[in-house]
Amino acid sequence: MRFAVSLLTVLGIASIIGTVLKQNEPYENYIIKFGQFWFNFFESLGLYDVYHTGWFLSILLFLVISTSLCIYRNSPLMIKEWRAFKEHVTEKSLNAFSHHATLTSNTGPDNTKQQLVNFLQAKGFKYKVRKHHDGSELIAAKAGTHQRLGYIFTHVAMVVILFGGLLDGNLPFKVQEMLGQKRIETLDIPESKVPEISRLSTSNPSFRANMTLPEGTSDNVAFVRVRDGYLVQELPFRVALKDFRIEHYATGQPKSFESDIVITDPDSKTSITKTISVNHPLTYKGIAIYQSDFQDGGTKLNFKVWNLLSNERQPQVLNGAIFQKGSLGNGADALTVEYNDFRKFNIINLSPDGKGKPHNVGPNITYKLRDAQGQAKEYVNYMQPLQIDGKHYFLSGMRETVQEDFRYLRIPVDDDLTLNGFMNFRATMLDASKYPELAHRLAQKMAKENKGVAINKQFEDSVLKLLRTFAQGGYNQLAQVIEKNVPEKEREIAARTYIKMINIAALEAYNMSLVANKKPMLVNNAETETLIQDSLNAFSDMFFYGTPYFLQLEQFEHKEASGLQLTKSPGQKWVYLGSILLVLGIFSMMYIRERRIWLLLNPAHNQVNFAMSSNRKNLDFEQEFNLYREQLKSLLA
Amino acid sequence: MNTNTLDYQSKSLLQRLNWQDWLYAIILVAGSIFAYTKYAKFMDIYEISFLFGAAAVFSYLGWQWKSLGKLVLGVGLVSLFSISLYHGDQARATQVFLLKFLISSQSAIMWMNVLFVLAMSTYWFAMYKRSVFAGSVATALTWSAALMGFVGLMVRWYESYLIAPDVGHIPISNLYEVFILFCLITALLYLHYEQRFNTKQLGGFVLLVVNAAVGFILWYTFDRHANNIQPLVPALQSYWMKIHVPANFIGYGSFSLAAMVASAYLLASKNVLVSRLPSLEVLDDLMYKAIAVGFAFFTIATILGAMWAAEAWGGYWSWDPKETWALIVWLNYAAWLHLRMVKGLRGPVLAWWALIGLIVTTFAFLGVNMFLSGLHSYGTL
Repeated sequence: MRFAVSLLTVLGIASIIGTVLKQNEPYENYIIKFGQFWFNFFESLGLYDVYHTGWFLSILLFLVISTSLCIYRNSPLMIKEWRAFKEHVTEKSLNAFSHHATLTSNTGPDNTKQQLVNFLQAKGFKYKVRKHHDGSELIAAKAGTHQRLGYIFTHVAMVVILFGGLLDGNLPFKVQEMLGQKRIETLDIPESKVPEISRLSTSNPSFRANMTLPEGTSDNVAFVRVRDGYLVQELPFRVALKDFRIEHYATGQPKSFESDIVITDPDSKTSITKTISVNHPLTYKGIAIYQSDFQDGGTKLNFKVWNLLSNERQPQVLNGAIFQKGSLGNGADALTVEYNDFRKFNIINLSPDGKGKPHNVGPNITYKLRDAQGQAKEYVNYMQPLQIDGKHYFLSGMRETVQEDFRYLRIPVDDDLTLNGFMNFRATMLDASKYPELAHRLAQKMAKENKGVAINKQFEDSVLKLLRTFAQGGYNQLAQVIEKNVPEKEREIAARTYIKMINIAALEAYNMSLVANKKPMLVNNAETETLIQDSLNAFSDMFFYGTPYFLQLEQFEHKEASGLQLTKSPGQKWVYLGSILLVLGIFSMMYIRERRIWLLLNPAHNQVNFAMSSNRKNLDFEQEFNLYREQLKSLLA
Repeated sequence: MNTNTLDYQSKSLLQRLNWQDWLYAIILVAGSIFAYTKYAKFMDIYEISFLFGAAAVFSYLGWQWKSLGKLVLGVGLVSLFSISLYHGDQARATQVFLLKFLISSQSAIMWMNVLFVLAMSTYWFAMYKRSVFAGSVATALTWSAALMGFVGLMVRWYESYLIAPDVGHIPISNLYEVFILFCLITALLYLHYEQRFNTKQLGGFVLLVVNAAVGFILWYTFDRHANNIQPLVPALQSYWMKIHVPANFIGYGSFSLAAMVASAYLLASKNVLVSRLPSLEVLDDLMYKAIAVGFAFFTIATILGAMWAAEAWGGYWSWDPKETWALIVWLNYAAWLHLRMVKGLRGPVLAWWALIGLIVTTFAFLGVNMFLSGLHSYGTL
């Protein structure tokens, strides 16, 4: 038992490690977290998948053996205790019991015996009578000895549960791997190219594998993830996904994930059509098929591509699909677009204090732009404008590494809630041919506002220069130019003047672009002021966007893929059987109280020796003994 | 002579029942039949069996423990009255006087919180003054808190269906709701032992842990606004929730009760408050009984959880942090019981162990949700 307890302690500690260190992450994450040295050290201990390491399984195996031995050794004793009445005790030993009493009997020998027997029966005791040579009689009684079965049940339960668990573990694979008969595949290659050594046949007794099926496709293999690689599990049937659905509550939270699947069995040539969902798996040929997750199945996408940094007014058209690649630009500046993920619903909490209700903000698309050198930046674009602080913006996030958070470009919407207003404004601001006109208007406006300011060619020239500077890099470029050319003391005033001029120029530019598109001009109010300010911010941020290309998602044809989990677990029924035994055992161990009573009738002295014992001495037993003693006393009086 | 022989013959449960007991059971069964005829088409076979199973279980519990029967009837009556005031309109919770200030779900839960705080103070006062009367008041306050808490949960159950039929679900689905359940179950377990062993002196101790939970509920309500009813994520839409969660909280509640009794034991064994507390033997026995009940129910809850996991997560055991920590809690109390039952260990060591066991249990209950990530992430802070 001491050995078992030590094993259990080690098991407990090992289990805790597995909960603290997130299991089965991609290995790169661990390298980033621990550094190469510790990564290797922890890997050699198998800490990234503690529960499937050889040493962990050995502990379990030892537990099975040790518990079995314990049962083997103690069961005969327990069974003996369960059946025995212990009618061989002597008067002397009865008097040595901690709970005993000598009662006087005045009812005559035969009557006494009958009354005592009645008493024992009424209390639920079974008894056995033994006559002694000296004429005395011993009644040995027992109750609740089924408690002893509790010991056997609980301990057998442990063995049965662990046995079931080991059946479902990956022990066979471990052995085959050690013998060199199996090897995990670590390369990302098509399933058909995976060699035989990394494939598990349909006769594999237990597995837990995953498959991702895009709508309208079918497959007869699944993948078992092992450490940093995988194995291919062949299935005795083919699974086809007809349709995958997500239903939502009115609040936007997901309500159900459902897959309509068709199973075709090559043996029986029959097929089964069934809808599976979370909590409602389908079991076929001993393999349970679960709805586990979902992802995109190759959604078709149509984009408008804006070249932010040129003065082009019209976007290009770009078509693609998730998991495919596209290209942008030409020559050395060409970029590869990798369409990674499309999400139709995004439940986000946009309230500034985080206390508002999250709601659905519509589809978004995640893609990477990779240059000729292989450097990639990741982008996430929302299809519809998001409401932030009561105003609407198109959001596009950019990050250079996975560890970073996305930094967002916020583009204010125009009156029609589209991007066009900003895009036209941007084109005007970048169009040098518009600058003289802008400068002229600005000069006029300044003159109107501040009478006495000399409005001349020189002023207009400086405005031209200002616009050119701003077009090269927004506020940041402006700040650099000021820092270079203006003495420190005058910088603040200069900056304020320039910003004011830029604001007025921007309003003019915006209006110019509106007129060019036959739209009404902006009204002079606070709203317009914010729009211009937001537009200028977006214009400045655009230079930090990492690419001139802004992909505006126009249309999509949604195609989903359902993530299925397939498990075969022959140990499950053993585990359940063990669980039933465990519960029965625990209840009988704790709620059946074993008690024994001995009554030695001594007719010569008109005496009855009463003794009582229990293998668990607690308060209930004390009370029971006192009660019985008093009841017997009055019974025999 | 004959009268004497009858003295020791204890009556069986059925023989002891009087007409009130039968009436009580008939009301419960009739209620179940009514619910069945009205809502059977919304329930699966398991839920129907739970419905009638509940009538049977609560009849039995009410027969064994009369006070609980009264509570069940009280909760039923007040909840039905509250529901009748809604007229099927959730907005009335803040418009109708009785609902707004007393028996809407939110108000009833707030009353539960207040009553638990009052009950604890009264228990301590009663202990300090050695006042029997104050002790009875404290017990009555605890019963009232339990009444209001259960009414709050019942009405919340109803309210969830008022939001939308597909949102409706039993209110034991997130951290806010199960904390209420925890308070109620712990309080009831305590009241049971109090009645059986006449240990009013322990009320103050046990209500400490209940009031810690009350504090959490208040923070969670006012700071995090977690009291809003949220629809169920797909993984939780299962009949298993109706048995897995209550079984688990009987376990958690018992372990907490045992830890609080253990703290009283430790004080008494150091001669603190010793004249005001029950004897060490009683405390020790109570601690054992609480852990035994807790262990049995925690075992059942974990097995039910495994069976649910086999249906929802694709395997009865995935070494998910919640599962692993449940195993650790289980091993901890298994060791405790072994030492007591097999080795016959008694005294402060076991009391300390029971107290530390509460920390392990709390981590399994809360810490896993806060610090570790896994499949069982149904309550976040």
